[in-house]
Amino acid sequence: MRGCRWKLAVGAIVATTTLGACGGGTGDAGGGGDSGLLIWAGSGTGGDALKQVAQRFGEENGVPVDVELLPGDELQTNFVTASQGNNAPDVVCGAHDWIGNLVQNGTIDPIQLLPAVREDLQPLAVQAVTYNGQVYGMPFTMNSLVLYRNTDLAPDAPATIEDLVATGQQLQAAGRVTEVLALPVSDTGNAYFMYPLFTSAGGYVFGTAPDGSFDSTDLGLAAPQAVTAYQQIGALGEKGQGVLKRSISAENDLSLFTDGHTAFMVEGPWQLPNLAKSSVPYDISPVPGFADGGPASPFITVDACYVASRGEHRTLGQEYVANFWSRPDVQAAYQKAAEAVPASLTVLDQIRDTQPLVAEAADIAAQSGQIMPSIPEMAAVWDPWGKAEAAVVAGADPRTTITAAATTIRGAIGG
Amino acid sequence: MARSTVDVDTARPTGSPPGGRGRAGLGVGSDGTSSPLGLVLKIAALALLAAVAVWGAVPLVRTQNWIGLAVLVAVTLLGFYVYLSPRTIPLKYLLPGTLFLIAFQILPIVYTVATAFTNFSDGHRGSKEEAIAAIEGASVQQVPGSPVYDLTIAADGDPSTGDLVFLLADPTTDQVFAGTSDGLAPLSAADVQRSDAGRITAAEGYTVLDVAQISDRQDDLTAFTVPTDDGAIRNQGLSSAFDGAPQRAYDAGCDCITDAASGRTWTADDGNGAFVADDGQTLAQGWRVGVGLRNFGAIFTNDVIRSSFLRIVVWNFAFAFLTVLITFGLGLLVALALNNPMLKGKTFYRSLIILPYAMPAVAMYLVWRNMFNTDFGLINRILGTHVNWLGNTASSMVAILLVQLWLGYNYMFLVITGALQSIPKDLTEAAGVDGAKPFYAFRTITFPLLLVALAPLLISSFAFNFNNFNAIYLVTQGGPFSPDNPSAGGTDLLITYTYRLAFGGAGADYGFAAAISVVIFLIVGVISVLAFRRTRALEEVN
Repeated sequence: MRGCRWKLAVGAIVATTTLGACGGGTGDAGGGGDSGLLIWAGSGTGGDALKQVAQRFGEENGVPVDVELLPGDELQTNFVTASQGNNAPDVVCGAHDWIGNLVQNGTIDPIQLLPAVREDLQPLAVQAVTYNGQVYGMPFTMNSLVLYRNTDLAPDAPATIEDLVATGQQLQAAGRVTEVLALPVSDTGNAYFMYPLFTSAGGYVFGTAPDGSFDSTDLGLAAPQAVTAYQQIGALGEKGQGVLKRSISAENDLSLFTDGHTAFMVEGPWQLPNLAKSSVPYDISPVPGFADGGPASPFITVDACYVASRGEHRTLGQEYVANFWSRPDVQAAYQKAAEAVPASLTVLDQIRDTQPLVAEAADIAAQSGQIMPSIPEMAAVWDPWGKAEAAVVAGADPRTTITAAATTIRGAIGG
Repeated sequence: MARSTVDVDTARPTGSPPGGRGRAGLGVGSDGTSSPLGLVLKIAALALLAAVAVWGAVPLVRTQNWIGLAVLVAVTLLGFYVYLSPRTIPLKYLLPGTLFLIAFQILPIVYTVATAFTNFSDGHRGSKEEAIAAIEGASVQQVPGSPVYDLTIAADGDPSTGDLVFLLADPTTDQVFAGTSDGLAPLSAADVQRSDAGRITAAEGYTVLDVAQISDRQDDLTAFTVPTDDGAIRNQGLSSAFDGAPQRAYDAGCDCITDAASGRTWTADDGNGAFVADDGQTLAQGWRVGVGLRNFGAIFTNDVIRSSFLRIVVWNFAFAFLTVLITFGLGLLVALALNNPMLKGKTFYRSLIILPYAMPAVAMYLVWRNMFNTDFGLINRILGTHVNWLGNTASSMVAILLVQLWLGYNYMFLVITGALQSIPKDLTEAAGVDGAKPFYAFRTITFPLLLVALAPLLISSFAFNFNNFNAIYLVTQGGPFSPDNPSAGGTDLLITYTYRLAFGGAGADYGFAAAISVVIFLIVGVISVLAFRRTRALEEVN
């Protein structure tokens, strides 16, 4: 804080915008005077839809509303820094797995859900925004990975990974595709995309306490199941069947699928609008698990809006998050504009006929998904976990790899 | 400006405007501002300074940052004094540069070093008071069995000064209440008007506030609750209110936090900036404290760091040195080739070479990474190979240096071309007359002269590449990683490696990151000092 004040002082002296560096968006957020609501959201998919919804709030309440879209990967850090410098917006919208970090920094407030609101939301979405027994955000999307298939090449949804590989390899042998499956791995790994296979083979990330909260002392990667799970995944890798490859990443998987180089792709429902623009006939189904394994559970991620603890207009922020966003008509307006998978059950019923694939994705998430942990310790898991996965796909020994990853994670979270 | 050496008090410079006569004491016209244009510019600049100072003062006053305001006022006054007084001629030249030096070089370094001795990190950002407020605020829970009221915010009397009143309608029982800081009092149904949804729209004796009026009274509203038997009714937005009670409360007597439901206590540990229970469990919300040399100790005692540190330092030096060497080498060759007077279309070739330099490096790094893709990358397709370029350490080192070469040689070409123009032709011609072969002349005359001119640039290029985070992070992400060590990769630089350590845990650890920055700063600083010494030796030879 003191350093920031110093910077403030000097920044003013030398007529620079060091103010902005300290707080970010100072001019609008901390300017005072106007009595409008300030919302920060990620500039990715849905940013414009959020603007439309916020506009409506402004019209209904007769207050100016300003939505600032920031790059999604910087939003959380910027928000925490801005809260520290008393330049925080009133509302911030982002993924539910930020909650742990935002709460430990004291930057967001819990909200009370009315019983009617709670009933309208997907139970898993409510659970996702619940942290230490408190509800912190109003969910408006609920995403999990699905399996896309090219219905020209593969008319039937595969029931197991083995089915998928058999179909893919037949197509490959016939010269109709070059890759069996587009599942993003990349050189440094991507544990999010591998999680369905990992869970089907018996793996988990953190153990859960009886109340459903995550237990950071029970690290799934250190459990014996993790090794056997990665043995099964390694068998699909570059030295095995060649289904999983490091050369396929989230940067090229979509083009592999839309160019017809593969019949199957594991991706999120946020790709549905992109695929609708392509010429490939497609359908979605749950990501299949191993024939002799358990169900394949993708991670569920929820986008939600949160009330900032240090916003200038807390009452307006609370009204926006707790009383406005919770309304099904508002959630429906957002869904219509963003074409996102809704968290509201009312909206889900409304779109069943008009957007069947979106509804299907919602059902897949509700039936097979697991909530991505929002505890701060999760940040320490992703990187070593992904690298271990990439190494196993490359053909490394699962046991040494997983043990090294678990040791690194334990060291980082002090567990 | 050459006139600045003249003693302005005794000898008036020639050509000063008549208006300045006899007003030497005010400074105008007597300090070298001799032309009307200069005077106008000076007035404009000082006016701008004053405007900026006022602009900067507003947020400082609003946040009650009196130290900052004092510094602002002092510096502004200093600026006016220096540029209005006739006695401060050297300062007129030095002041802006000095202020910028302090603001952009010295303060960040001081701030970084200061941070290195704290536990500043996610969960330890603010003060203890902020942590306590966050813990208590996050523990407010609805009193079991209590309703969520439909709320109308009103005032007793004047909208902007009257005491706040919550007009509450209980949707389950349809009763209406007026909540004040004294408590809840039932209202007669006859005294209120209600909307179709049941919310109170007007009540006898109270003024209902509109949204703008409520926003103006946010501070009053934050402090306002309606006490009840089990807790207090607080508003949630404009239209609902609930009876809530904090489950955790701070007790100054034991300097601890107590949980009402479980009776558990967490005692403040001011050495670590956290509330700790007897069994060692800590609350997530901590505060910022000084931790002495602990962050530095962590660097030198961490097993993971020790095991990979030396290897990374060696590669870090090799990466920076080789990047400078190959970009300089290729740049030199191309510059020499294009410096040949016989060559036609030099401008065209030169612009062609500079073109990549004009593209954003960040985008180019990503493009190159895709070109190195094993199955779908351009390089393997053109070569007809199936090499996993970024999959093993040696080839990814080659790959990253290749990218650096492509991105960097144009810059070297540019500066070498410039330096070549400034080397007098007669030197090489004289050498030719004396019978020196062209390469001998180049080696003994042109090249040493080039080095004298470019050595500082090469050193700064080395220092820049020593910490070239983007190059590594965007192309290889520090990889490849050996399966048994996910925290140190084959092409990691100190900066990417430590970034992973400092920000790869449960939240960002700025204190640790600052400590590592200080260590890297010392390494680079020592090298730069040694290198500049060497350069001076070069100049002496010359």
